[in-house]
Amino acid sequence: MRSAPRTAARRTTLPFYHQSFHNLQELRHNASLSNKVFVQRDYTEGTVCKFQTKFPSELDSRIERTLFEDTVKTLNNYYAEAEKIGGQSYLEGCLACATAYLIFLCMETRYEKVLKKISHYIQEQNEKIYAPRGLLITDPIERGMRVIEISIYEDRGSSGSSSGSSSTTCSSGR
Amino acid sequence: MHLGADEPPQECQYTQICTRGSPHMKKRRKWRVFPGRNKFFCDGRVMMARQSGVFYLTLLLIMVTSGLFFAFDCPFLASNLTPAIPVIGGVLFFFVMGMLFRASFSDPGILPRATPDEAADLERQIDTSNGQTTAGYRPPPRTREVLINGQAVKLKYCFTCKIFRPPRASHCSLCDNCVERFDHHCPWVGNCVGKRNYRFFYLFILSLSLLTLFIFAFVITHVILRSNRKGFLDALKESPVVVCFFSVWSIVGLSGFHTYLISSNQTTNEDIKGSWSTKRGKDNYNPYSYGSIITNCCAALCGPLPPSLIDRRGYIQPDTPQPVPLSNGTSVYTTPQMHSHMCDQYQCIQSTKFVLQAAATPLLHSEPVILAGGPHLPGKTSLAGHCGPLVPVQTSIPSSMPGLSCGGELLALRDVDAHCRHHHFTSPDETPSPPQPPMPPMPLMPPIPCATHVSHIHPTQLYDPASQDSLHEDSVRGLVKLSSV
Repeated sequence: MRSAPRTAARRTTLPFYHQSFHNLQELRHNASLSNKVFVQRDYTEGTVCKFQTKFPSELDSRIERTLFEDTVKTLNNYYAEAEKIGGQSYLEGCLACATAYLIFLCMETRYEKVLKKISHYIQEQNEKIYAPRGLLITDPIERGMRVIEISIYEDRGSSGSSSGSSSTTCSSGR
Repeated sequence: MHLGADEPPQECQYTQICTRGSPHMKKRRKWRVFPGRNKFFCDGRVMMARQSGVFYLTLLLIMVTSGLFFAFDCPFLASNLTPAIPVIGGVLFFFVMGMLFRASFSDPGILPRATPDEAADLERQIDTSNGQTTAGYRPPPRTREVLINGQAVKLKYCFTCKIFRPPRASHCSLCDNCVERFDHHCPWVGNCVGKRNYRFFYLFILSLSLLTLFIFAFVITHVILRSNRKGFLDALKESPVVVCFFSVWSIVGLSGFHTYLISSNQTTNEDIKGSWSTKRGKDNYNPYSYGSIITNCCAALCGPLPPSLIDRRGYIQPDTPQPVPLSNGTSVYTTPQMHSHMCDQYQCIQSTKFVLQAAATPLLHSEPVILAGGPHLPGKTSLAGHCGPLVPVQTSIPSSMPGLSCGGELLALRDVDAHCRHHHFTSPDETPSPPQPPMPPMPLMPPIPCATHVSHIHPTQLYDPASQDSLHEDSVRGLVKLSSV
């Protein structure tokens, strides 16, 4: 039985405290971080935000290639949508200029809206696909849009149960 | 309460202590630990470069000129010509000020520095591609070649930020940050001009040139109209606004230059270096240009505004290591638990400690000495040296010395070295001989009033240069030199 204070204390410090993210919390508690893989930016189309779809070798045994590539391609599409220069962005830009950019006090920019969508997508992907495989994707915005950081966790299975029992004896001994 | 020897229960205890209302554990915003040389105001909402004196000059010039115009010329012009003149002037003035503030106070597109894991990963990649280099030899500048729209572009590695800079990014030495789409560092605006504030900068200089031309034209009109009635020199006396002829043309010239840059989708940096000039090669072209002038202009001015990447108003998470900037420009990573115990003074001491730890370990192999910057404790200063690896030496500092700087701490360290002098070196070869002129044995940093105070407090433990052998002196100087950066 895991000691309650530790879980509660950790829970308050985790950024995504929500019932549905119980799996991710369990991942962080049960597993230890073994490695991190960084998916770098792809600059072949200029300065637009795009990540390389090359499959990292460290993930070979962990996840199917197609799943990983789908995730990265979807993220790239989201970023392309955010940075698209077209009618809507011109309208937003002209309106903002006309109001001396004060309109952004009330309204979100299109980029920020898309970033929120990306954040939800990453959470969903983590829950459904990556956490069950012992992986965790960090939102690129938290790394300055330079990399997609994928944390690889090793399951602490047997050592987890022994620590649980010792903490039980500890609490009963008080 | 007996705890088992297992690690998790101890971990449990530590986490509980950390999160339970210790006064040092209140949430701090990330801008407080920002590693670049920027100034922050309004709790992180406003950021500027460190030297912002010229910005205040800009502000003063604009306000004084406009103020004089509105005070002395507008009444005459409004009554004799049309009241639309001060109205248009007013609108232009507010637009100029708005754009100036937006350009000066916003994040120009700073790239956050790499996390330790990222930096380590990059180092590994570079080592495997370059092969191992001999220790102490600085490797050649690291570059990566990328093909962008058919044009070969070199990405450079930034040693300060530990990242490969994206194309068009550059490291500003004044602000000590890598900035995306770096145009230039503008002292008049008091900030770098980069991806996020280039349009504000451009609109600022454009509207300012319109404002100065507007004022210039109407001041001339005013003088001419008055001179019809009174004579030229008298009219000039009554119209004290003399807009500097040269500043008008320099601003207009700058607007014209930036209009050219926008239409060809270049940055000032690229234009000055001639990166896309055909003089470099027949096939040299700008891979970022959209092809047409109108598209380039629209993209620069009306394109989407990317968000700030540095999250200056976010709160520091207790577990994540944050960079502690050292004065030599590099960073050392500490966790916020350690960091929150430090004020600026002790931040210096703490970072000094890391440097000393790194330097001291190979030298003082039997007695590595680490000076721990602890909180003030009242009472006599006492130094206790322990034998054993990596044991912190508690230095209690009398509360009567509020101005204790790093220099005082260093002097205290040297006193500790005086204790340990018998245990130091096996061979002279191990000591580093730093290439500097011999330093005086007493205080290194000029104002150290506490130095003599410290020496009064422990009369028996005075650093006595006469009794030191030269090897020890060299090593101490080396340590102290390292810690004084």
